[in-house]
Amino acid sequence: MAIDQKKIRNFCIIAHIDHGKSTLADRIIEKTGLLTSREMQEQVLDNMDLERERGITIKSQAVRTVYKAQDGEEYILNLIDTPGHVDFNYEVSRSLAACDGAILVVDAAQGVEAQTLANVYLAMDHDLEIMPVINKIDLPSAEPERVIEEIEDVIGIEAHDAPLISAKQGINIEEVLEQIVQKIPAPKGDPQAPLKALIFDSLYDSYKGIIVFIRVFDGSVKKGTRIRLMSTMAEFETVEVGTFGAGQFIPCDELSAGMVGYLTASIKTLKETRVGDTVTDAANPCDKALPGYKKVTPMVYCGLYPADGARYNDLRDALEKLQLNDASLQFEPETSIALGFGFRCGFLGLLHLEIIQERLEREYNLDLVTTAPGVVYKIYKTNGECLELTNPSNMPDPSEIEHMEEPMVSAEIMVTTEYIGAIMNLCQERRGVYISTDYIEKTRAVLKYELPLNEIIYDFFDALKSRSRGYASFDYEIKGYVPSKLVKLDILINKEEVDALSFIVFEESAYERGRKMCEKLKDEIPRHLFEIPIQAAIGSKIIARETVKAMRKDVLAKCYGGDISRKRKLLEKQKEGKKRMRQIGNVEIPQKAFMSVLKLDEE
Amino acid sequence: MIPDFELYIHIPFCVRKCAYCDFLSAPASEDVRERYVQALCREIRESGESLRDGKMKERALHGVIRASGENEPSLAKRTVSTLFFGGGTPSILEVGQIERIMKACRETFLFAENAEISLEANPGTLTMDKLEGYRRAGINRLSLGLQSVHENELRLLGRIHSYEDFLESYRLARKAGFTNINVDLMSALPGQTWESYRECLEKVTALAPEHISAYSLIVEEGTLFYERYGDEEKRREAGKETLLLPSEEEEREMYENGVDFLRKAGYRRYEISNFAREGYACRHNCGYWTGVEYLGLGLGASSYMEGTRFSNVRDLKRYLEVDGAPALVRELPEVLSEEEKKEEFFFLGLRMMQGVSAAEFERRFGESWEREYGASMQKLIRMGYLKQEGDRLFLTEEGVSVSNEVFAELLL
Repeated sequence: MAIDQKKIRNFCIIAHIDHGKSTLADRIIEKTGLLTSREMQEQVLDNMDLERERGITIKSQAVRTVYKAQDGEEYILNLIDTPGHVDFNYEVSRSLAACDGAILVVDAAQGVEAQTLANVYLAMDHDLEIMPVINKIDLPSAEPERVIEEIEDVIGIEAHDAPLISAKQGINIEEVLEQIVQKIPAPKGDPQAPLKALIFDSLYDSYKGIIVFIRVFDGSVKKGTRIRLMSTMAEFETVEVGTFGAGQFIPCDELSAGMVGYLTASIKTLKETRVGDTVTDAANPCDKALPGYKKVTPMVYCGLYPADGARYNDLRDALEKLQLNDASLQFEPETSIALGFGFRCGFLGLLHLEIIQERLEREYNLDLVTTAPGVVYKIYKTNGECLELTNPSNMPDPSEIEHMEEPMVSAEIMVTTEYIGAIMNLCQERRGVYISTDYIEKTRAVLKYELPLNEIIYDFFDALKSRSRGYASFDYEIKGYVPSKLVKLDILINKEEVDALSFIVFEESAYERGRKMCEKLKDEIPRHLFEIPIQAAIGSKIIARETVKAMRKDVLAKCYGGDISRKRKLLEKQKEGKKRMRQIGNVEIPQKAFMSVLKLDEE
Repeated sequence: MIPDFELYIHIPFCVRKCAYCDFLSAPASEDVRERYVQALCREIRESGESLRDGKMKERALHGVIRASGENEPSLAKRTVSTLFFGGGTPSILEVGQIERIMKACRETFLFAENAEISLEANPGTLTMDKLEGYRRAGINRLSLGLQSVHENELRLLGRIHSYEDFLESYRLARKAGFTNINVDLMSALPGQTWESYRECLEKVTALAPEHISAYSLIVEEGTLFYERYGDEEKRREAGKETLLLPSEEEEREMYENGVDFLRKAGYRRYEISNFAREGYACRHNCGYWTGVEYLGLGLGASSYMEGTRFSNVRDLKRYLEVDGAPALVRELPEVLSEEEKKEEFFFLGLRMMQGVSAAEFERRFGESWEREYGASMQKLIRMGYLKQEGDRLFLTEEGVSVSNEVFAELLL
């Protein structure tokens, strides 16, 4: 039996990082009585440890709650959580597409921030009704009046009746719920039309297999429905449909127009259930897929290698499992002379990379060596071929290259005026092209720059924070490719090229980067019995050099009857330390040397 | 043939703890020292008894020496080739106390006629009476802790004696009839240079002791020196500049020049830090490096018997409480695997300049070292750190300098 769409509200919460999105989500779930306070984990939606520690939401999830409004009716509130980071822009946009409205949470003290804007614009693109909420009114520095004005001025939406709340203290949550019912439109699908549902997320569950998160726009789906995924035309038999409890799946008979829920079918891999794809009824298909589907393409690549070569298969299994829940993660086997067997992995951005790396290490207990991340370069060869380069080692000989292109981003940096100079300097150093400065108010401005992606994938965010004392915020989107003068910088250790340390760099920055790499490696490589030259080279030209001096003396002066066991242990430790290193020629390189070069700007 | 074994007796007392010392030693009252000697004598006697009369239960209690069959030669039937009184400062004890310990040993164990019996002594604790008493008790080798001839260095090290005190002790020892004397020296001290170290070597060799132990300073954790120089030491290990300690290069220079100086003065380096005139290498210490069994007696003393390393409790209160009962003081047994025995064969044996013998390896382990060690050895020989001549494999001069690296490479 189809549920009355008038009693459904599908919405998401959008906010700048730390403005209180997850806390508000918790309160909504709490107030709707789905869980008692005692059952509540601190933040119900963020159920991955990692997310909690970073204070961000990685994977979008959804929860269904029941709210009895002041009009006496019970409403189904489907809260769809969205990832808050720019790396996951596409996922955000698909989550938004599943909603009919969005709660915009703005911090009463900090006001509108760069991500607030970015998310609002994204929500507007999806024709969502935007309902502002002013959070953290309990803070001494809260200025709700100013912030309301700011929302109206900067974003251009009505905000005078925005609920003034404190999600943390639970103040005024009731008003938020009432406004959801009143302001967010009910879905308007056609329950009789052929099935048309949007996949906005999916995950792998070891019991149920692939679980596909859908928003049904038209028609309905139930157990036994033969579904078709429109991007691949693959068909599956529906095994189960259901809705989202807090952190659990609750099976139901049918998902009909307007509803948000999940379905399971005998789908083997997540690759088959791409976010953004349209699900229809194979027996009675809709004629057109929902708009907006695109294949996610990784923007940042790096090599991931098991520290212990014997765990190559474990790493592959772990990557496969992660991919089950994260279709945007890509990987393929590669071999490095320095690091052995590993994988070249593609990520949406650097945060995505870090998250995957941490999950591999924590959840799968793997020790990893990561090579310097790089972007996808386009190489136009003199023979007319165009190559997409994801691994510096595959760079053709310069004589075969006609020209190269690198990806650029449009960046918006919101910053208080006192740091504008410092941030402009930073962008300048990173080869940024200045576009504009827009003042939001007297003390704050949005700087617009075009920046090469490869200049922001390392440590741009950290540099931005440190140069603005934490006040700058940053958002970007990929703009396209532009021609650029790029070279491959190689590192030679004891005259041997270490492929895992090669990277592509802007020609004019090569000298500086090469010098810093050599200095850093000099500190990281322990002394050996011989002198070790460390060189940076472009082609055959050496541009920087450092030397690790030879070890001259390493003797235990004393070893008598009383300390033989201890001495044996010392020697074993010495030997063990070497085992954990990578052997390049005669040189043993600690694993961390490969990663330390990623953070060259730390002094 | 039943192999000989060695005895080590630990005297954990000193007048004052030196700034660099990480040995198990502390000042103690006369009363505590006497109670210790009593407990030690009991440990000595019971060690022999329990092994001699085949008290299986008690032997098993020791947890370390296996309760084997009748054929097992009891310790009492095996010959003691050397005995070493180490510390601490054994010479802090009264002559009577040393005599009682020696008596317990002689009544428990069978000593070889030519047994080497050494005692460590500190200048400032010796008198003619004591020295004559030691001689009577059968001690035939004296090891004098001098460390430096410079008063400032002696103060830095926290020694209780002056160079003059040492000269007096040395003179008395000769007069008392000691014909086998070792002098301890230290290099790589904070502020030390080759010139100042050479002066130590000059003055000491002029006295013509039979043996010289010349150690490079090791800054050990838990010492006053570690607090002062620990960070410096770490910098030096990383090959960085140092302010107080001699640099790695200076340290090496002191060591190598020292070897050279001593060779010219008639002292052959037979181990990394040990030098002796012909025929005077310390037999006791050579035993450690060549895998001879030894029984350690007294607080914290280590033993190596029947392929097992174990050591006595390090808590003096506990040792006195149980009155030295062997079954109650022995702990931490570590039964060496074949692999560990092989490792020790190399990292101990190669400390000696004569190196290790391929035939000896085969005799002990029943196979040639070629299979497991051939590749590492060839690599180290190629790099110039090891040399093979006939049956023997030994460290080169270069190899001595980086011997830890060589030994680590030779671990399995």
